[in-house]
Amino acid sequence: MRQFEYTAPQSTQQAVGLLGQNWAQAQILAGGTDLLALMKDDIEPPKRVVNIKHIPGLAGIQYNATGGLRIGALTKLSEVADNADVRRNYPMIAFAFDEAASPQIRYMATAGGNLCQRPRCWYFRNGFGLLAMKDGKSMVADGDNRYHAIIGNSGAAKFVTPSTIAPALIAHNAKVRIVGPGGQREIELAKFFRTPQSETEREHDLKTNEIVTEIIVPPISGVKTAQYEVRQKQAFDWPLSLASVALSMDGNTVKQATIVLGAVAPVPWVSQEAAQALAGKPINERTADAAGQAAVSIAKPLSRNTYKVQLTRVAVKRAILQAAGGQS
Amino acid sequence: MLDNQVPDRQVVEKLKEGITFKPTEAQLKEFAANGASATVVDALKNAPLKQSEGPKVKSPYKRAAQQTQGDPDAAFKEAEAVSEGYYGASVITHCCLETHGAVMAWDPKTNLIDAQVSTQNVSGIAGQMAQPLGIPASNIHMHQQHVGGGFGSKFGPDRWSFVAAELSKMAGGAPVKMMLDRRAELEVAGARPSAFAKVKVGVKKDGTITAWESSSWGTGGPGGGGAYPIPYVFDIPHQRKQHTAVATNTGPGRAWRAPSHPQAAAISMCALEDAAAKIGMDPYDFFVKNIDFTGPRKKNYLEELAIANDLMGWKQNWHQRGDKTAGPVKRGLGLSIHTWGGRGHASDCNFTIHPDGSVEIKMGTQDLGTGTRTAILMVAADALGIGIDQIKLLIGDSNYPVSGGSGGSTTIGGVSSSSRRGAINALNMLLAKIAPSLNAKPEELVSKGNKIYVSGDPSRSLTWQQACAKLGAMPITATGKNPDREHPPDLTNSGVAGVQMADVSVDTDTGIVRVNKMVAVQDCGLVINVKTAASQVYGALIMGISYALYEEKIMDPVSGRMLNPNMQFYRLAGYADVPELVVHMMTGPGYDERGVIGLGEPPVVSPGAAISNAVANAIGVRVPEIPLTPDRVIAALQKGVA
Repeated sequence: MRQFEYTAPQSTQQAVGLLGQNWAQAQILAGGTDLLALMKDDIEPPKRVVNIKHIPGLAGIQYNATGGLRIGALTKLSEVADNADVRRNYPMIAFAFDEAASPQIRYMATAGGNLCQRPRCWYFRNGFGLLAMKDGKSMVADGDNRYHAIIGNSGAAKFVTPSTIAPALIAHNAKVRIVGPGGQREIELAKFFRTPQSETEREHDLKTNEIVTEIIVPPISGVKTAQYEVRQKQAFDWPLSLASVALSMDGNTVKQATIVLGAVAPVPWVSQEAAQALAGKPINERTADAAGQAAVSIAKPLSRNTYKVQLTRVAVKRAILQAAGGQS
Repeated sequence: MLDNQVPDRQVVEKLKEGITFKPTEAQLKEFAANGASATVVDALKNAPLKQSEGPKVKSPYKRAAQQTQGDPDAAFKEAEAVSEGYYGASVITHCCLETHGAVMAWDPKTNLIDAQVSTQNVSGIAGQMAQPLGIPASNIHMHQQHVGGGFGSKFGPDRWSFVAAELSKMAGGAPVKMMLDRRAELEVAGARPSAFAKVKVGVKKDGTITAWESSSWGTGGPGGGGAYPIPYVFDIPHQRKQHTAVATNTGPGRAWRAPSHPQAAAISMCALEDAAAKIGMDPYDFFVKNIDFTGPRKKNYLEELAIANDLMGWKQNWHQRGDKTAGPVKRGLGLSIHTWGGRGHASDCNFTIHPDGSVEIKMGTQDLGTGTRTAILMVAADALGIGIDQIKLLIGDSNYPVSGGSGGSTTIGGVSSSSRRGAINALNMLLAKIAPSLNAKPEELVSKGNKIYVSGDPSRSLTWQQACAKLGAMPITATGKNPDREHPPDLTNSGVAGVQMADVSVDTDTGIVRVNKMVAVQDCGLVINVKTAASQVYGALIMGISYALYEEKIMDPVSGRMLNPNMQFYRLAGYADVPELVVHMMTGPGYDERGVIGLGEPPVVSPGAAISNAVANAIGVRVPEIPLTPDRVIAALQKGVA
């Protein structure tokens, strides 16, 4: 590991001041479950590490029926997964947090850190850069892309978004609160994630001197939800594809559906096609499968990941059927 | 220079013979920056130019001579059905949880090296380090008490041990620790070669196998690699086979638990299962029908097949290819059989019986976590007639008598034989000393339950303590050896049989395979400790599930780098992926009297084949290559060839 300066600010203001004008200058340390690995592998060697864990008020969960759910950025994944209010009112969010990583990592990793974790793309993690371009050509397109994007992959970015909690939060219309030198701002989580166009851009909207401080989930009622993850291993494995589904019902038919795909595009992918396919329909095997088909109708698999198209179709279908059979 | 262990002077001499291009200043600078010494850079600069010997592109393919047995052409003609298929097993790595590495302390004043290498070969390290380091082997003291996994990849000191030693010397003898990080461990510290084959099997309608034909290939890295023992276990009378080794610039192959056998099983047992499916025969009956081809272990296989059948409920649950029940999840059963040698290696030990009754054993072996200590202590305590707690066992040190490396399932046979002989020799010396005081001949004495008594007259006895006290001031020492041809019988033997069955569920919509249950029935001659023996088999099944479903060294076609040198994408089974495992060790008549035989390798041979066969039985089509990843399962289903 390279040498770095370690800082432990006591307030967000201090922390923001310690962050730099570019990513190489300073990095935020929260749970550390991703940053440390990146530093050890020399993928992200920052000159300064800004440990935000000593800043009071950034951890904790608040819930009330009118205000909804607030998850502090430093809240551990395990705390969200185990929280009674979350489990009762947002079972899909509890599920997503509970299925992430391993128990040991869930006790260390934070909610904000999970959203900001870097892609697992093996070209990126092997030091070929986020977009893995070589002589103007994509190494991913020409190389082994079995785990890469099948949707939203026409540009240089072909990695997949790694967060498995983001799709569930987006399906609940969550926002994130961000603090920077100019103060505070809120942004829809769906818009927080971006597809970078160049190597200097990141896969999210955070500026180099900003910190995610809170996740805000609006109150809900009468929404049926479920997340389905296709994973090779039963535990501690990033999914090959996942779908998060939130359904507002009007009797037996779907009034409105939000269907978010994970692990298939550079960002958590809100599938308008799947939502439209389901709107006004009753839920059964056929309509669920049609929504799955619609979700992948725009898929353009790379040379080695055609199988992910089927996995995604099935993930959407199964998430819809589980949601319909589940709690509202 | 350290890295490839070629001394500078050799490089310089070679350069004096001439080189085929004139290096630029920039290139020379780069060489120097990359660690080439000044003398080498100088030699490179002044090397005479010589004519290139012309384009001599070495072919990466090395085709071995065709092997033929019997008359395969006639036998295929005679066959009533011919099954053809393609099968294979990918390159996997050893992925030792304790990575390769060493701690070295080379005191420049005394020229002594204190070496702690993560190794399977305590007695064999010093000899491998002496010449490259230019130091007598007797100056190297190697010791290690525990090792966190080797699986065949930790017999040598490796480059990093040499580097650590040299660095320590440069640092005035301070200990230098050099352990590979996970990436290096997966990239360079060993890989199991791949094996692929196109196979044709001829059968009669009654299930008799008539002929085998295979064209196989695989890579073990730069060296290419050797052929595989196919057809595996079944010595089909008429066969023709050809193997091509493919040299690749990937990490080098190394022995991986039961070298060549898991690949041979994956090719052979799957091809045979396909042949059985071709004629609609239960592979259990098919294997039994052809059991004569398995040779001298035939009776063992039959007994084990019957037990495995009971433990799995094979006959109740087996169905023809393709689970016809509704829903996307299909269930199936698969089986495989395997063999291994496992004769004990050379092993010496020292036994000391002290006048206070305590006993000490010294042996330069190692315990890979498999229960070697337990076995040695049990054998010694049994032979001496005392408790395990009275014996101090010292292993893992090159100062102790030489014992072989732990590879090829040779340890248990070696250490148990020499322990037994050492204990008997020491006891005989003790009995000779005390016999007069019991008014008996030494051969009339029995040592059992902490007592030494006259056979047939137990009232004439001494406690172990009393007996040892008669030694006076000096302890006695004895040695035990294996092999020891002057003291027959041979206590170790060779050749085991094993049967494994797998029950799997396959989600045909996602291609995800889950193992529901595995049954392993295994013999290994005389089992010394059933618990640690069974543990070996449990571990092998878990390792087998990993290589059947997950493990694969993935090389990038663009950069030539390994893409998954981490434990996210190099998956190993976790707790949740481990199903019900049923292990049955064969003991009793027909097994015990054969002597002690090694067990490390055999149970890891069959899981890949058994699981692959179960998947084929579940979904009705063969997924040709292991690991059985979702992309491969879906591709096989879409191709839909039965």
